[in-house]
Amino acid sequence: MSAPSVQDPSMQVPTPTRGDRGGSLGLARNLGLVIALVVLCAVGVITAGDRFASTDNVLTILRLAAVIGVISIGMTFVITGGGIDLSVGAIVALSSVWATTTGTQAMANDIGWIVMVFSAVLVGTACGAINGVLIAYGKVVPFIATLAMLASARGLAEIIADRKTQIIRNQGFSDFFGSEPFGIPVIVIMFAVVAAAGWFLLNRTTFGRRTFAVGGNPEAARLAGIKVQRHTVYLYALLGTTCGIAAVMLMSRTTTGSSTHGTLYELDAIAAVVIGGTLLSGGRGTVVGTLFGVLIFTTLTNVFTLNNLSTSAQAVAKGVIIVIAVLLQQRIADRKT
Amino acid sequence: MSTFHPRRRRGLAVVGAFAAATLVLGACTNGSSGNDDTSSAISKSNTDNDKSGDKVVIGFSAPAADHGWMGSITKSAIAQAKQYDDVDLKVAEGTNDVNLQISQVETFINDKVDAIVLLPFDGAAMTSVARKAMDAGIVVINVDREFDSPFAARSTVLGDNYGMGVSAGTFVCDDAKGAKDKTVAEIAGIDSLPLTQDRSRGFADALKKCGLKVNNRVAAEFTVESGEKAASNLLQAAPKIDYLWNHDDDQGVGVLAAIKNANRDEFVMIGGAGSADVMESIKAGDSVLKATVVYPSTQAADGVKLARLLVQGKSMSDLAEIEVPRQLKLAAPIVTKDNVDTYLPSAFKS
Repeated sequence: MSAPSVQDPSMQVPTPTRGDRGGSLGLARNLGLVIALVVLCAVGVITAGDRFASTDNVLTILRLAAVIGVISIGMTFVITGGGIDLSVGAIVALSSVWATTTGTQAMANDIGWIVMVFSAVLVGTACGAINGVLIAYGKVVPFIATLAMLASARGLAEIIADRKTQIIRNQGFSDFFGSEPFGIPVIVIMFAVVAAAGWFLLNRTTFGRRTFAVGGNPEAARLAGIKVQRHTVYLYALLGTTCGIAAVMLMSRTTTGSSTHGTLYELDAIAAVVIGGTLLSGGRGTVVGTLFGVLIFTTLTNVFTLNNLSTSAQAVAKGVIIVIAVLLQQRIADRKT
Repeated sequence: MSTFHPRRRRGLAVVGAFAAATLVLGACTNGSSGNDDTSSAISKSNTDNDKSGDKVVIGFSAPAADHGWMGSITKSAIAQAKQYDDVDLKVAEGTNDVNLQISQVETFINDKVDAIVLLPFDGAAMTSVARKAMDAGIVVINVDREFDSPFAARSTVLGDNYGMGVSAGTFVCDDAKGAKDKTVAEIAGIDSLPLTQDRSRGFADALKKCGLKVNNRVAAEFTVESGEKAASNLLQAAPKIDYLWNHDDDQGVGVLAAIKNANRDEFVMIGGAGSADVMESIKAGDSVLKATVVYPSTQAADGVKLARLLVQGKSMSDLAEIEVPRQLKLAAPIVTKDNVDTYLPSAFKS
C-alpha cells in the first residue's frame, strides 16, 4: 500500500515526500541544529581543549546520550503521529524495577541474563500498548491518558520495589553490558542500532508513511484506508519498547533498578524531539533531527561539567538553546518553502 | 484618547525602570548574602596540615539542591575548597538523575582528577562508577548515602541517623523527669528510606529507657507541603500532645504552619537536621520549638578536607593513626537554648 498523498489545503504543514527526507539524511533541513552542535563543540574545544576532544570524553557524551536518545527516537514516532507521551520516565522506572526483582533475578540466574532484558522490554511495550489502547479506542486525550500512566506506573514501581533500590547481582548481565567491543561501550552500540532502525522505519517503510499520514490528518488517513486506531496503538507500544530498552541501558549503567530512575525524562525527550524539528502537532518528524537534539543537550551538559560552570547557568543556557534552535529551524524552513 | 497615550507610556516606562532597578538590586543583595551563608562555620584545621602542599584537583557531585540541607552541602563544600589555595574544586551540576550523575563521575575520571567527593542521589546506583574511579587510582570520598560495596570508596563521611533519634528521645526523657503519662508524637520523613527507619528506631529505643513510647506517629516526605499535611492530620488525631519530634527542619516549616493554624501550643517540639531558622527560634524561645538535633550539612566539606589529606599523604593530626580513617560518623548533638550559639554558625538556611 502506498502512502496516501493527503493534502488538506488549510494545513500549513506540507506532507513530506520521500525525497525530502532521504538522500543527504536531511542535513540541509537540520542546518540550524548542525550549526548549534558545531558551535557547542567549538566552545568545548576552545575552553577544554583535549579534555573535550578526547575519545574517552566523546564516549562519555554518547553513553549519557544513549538512554535519553533511545526514548527520544520512540517519542519522535508518537509525536509525528500526532500524540504525546508523558509517561516515558515512569515506564523506564517500572521496567527497571520489574526486571530486577528477586524473582526475575533468580530466573535470570537459572536461565540467563537475557531474561532481565526481555522482561524490561516486555513491561515497557505493555505499558505503551495500554497507553495506545486508552488513547485510540478509549478516546482519552493523549495528555491525560499518559499522565495517568505516569502516576500509576511509578506508583506500581514503588510498590514492587518497596521504594528500595534493587541491586543487580547477576554477573553475566554486568559483564555483557560492561564490555566494550572495538572500544565502543555496548549501550552506545545499542543506541546506534536503535537510531538506524528508527530512521529506516520512519523513512523507508509503509509503517513510517502511515505515521506521517495519521499525524498530519487522521481523518484523511482513515479515508485513505489506514487503520488509524490500530496504528496509534502500534506507535505507543513502539515508544514503550524503546523505554524498555532505555531501562536496560540504565540498569547496566547503574547496576540497579529503582522507582526513582527516569524522573523527568519525558521533558528531556520531548525537548530533544521538538528542537529536532518534529512538529508537536504531528505530521512532520525527523529521527536525524531528534538525534541532533539529544546530542546538543548532552554535549552542553558535558561542556558545562568540563568547565566547572555553575548549575543554574546551565539551565538558562538550555532554555536559550531551545529557543534559538527552534527559531533557526523556522527561518530555514520558511526560506525553503 | 490619543492625548493620554504619551503620558501613559511615560508612566509605564517609569514603572518599568523601577521594576528593573528593583530586580537588579534584589539580585545583588541575594548574591552577597548567599556567600555569607556558610563561611562563618567553614575554616581551616589550624594545624600543620593547613600548609600548602601539592595541587589537589577534586571533583564534586551531589543531588539537586531541592532542599535547604542539600543546598548547604554544596555551598559548604565550595566554601571549604576556597580556604585552601592548593585545592581546585570542580563542581558538577546538582542532579537527581543517576544517569547524569554517572556521566559527571565519568567526566572526572577522563579528566584524571586526584579525588572525587560524591554524595550520590542513590548510593547503590552510583557504586559501579565509583568503583571504576577507584580502579583508575582516584581517591573517592563517599558522603552521606553509602555505596553498597566497600571497594567503591576510600573513606565515607556519614551523619548519624540512629543517633538523631537517640538524642531527641533522650531530650524528651530528661525533660519529662521520670513522668510516665506523657504523650509523645513523631512526624517522620519518607518512611521507606533506611535513614528514616534508623531515626525512628533510635527515638523509640531512647524513649523505652525512661518508660515512654511513641503514641502517635505520621510520616511526611521532607517537603514543606507534606509536613503541613502530616502535621494537621496528627494534630486532629491527637487532641493533647506533650512532646513532638519532627525529623526534618525543612518539612518543619510546614509542621509549624499547621501547629499555628490549629492554635496549639501545649507541647514541646523538637526539630531535626538543624536549620538556622529553627535555631533562631529556639534561641528566641518564642515558639513550641525548644530543641533540634543536628544532622551536619558540612559533611561534604569534611569530604573535601579528607580528600585533600589523602591525596597529599597527610594524616589526621589529632589521631595517633597514620592513615585517614575509612569511615567517619558525625555526631548528632541536641541543640537547646543553652548551647544554640555553638551550633548556629554551622546551621543551614532552609
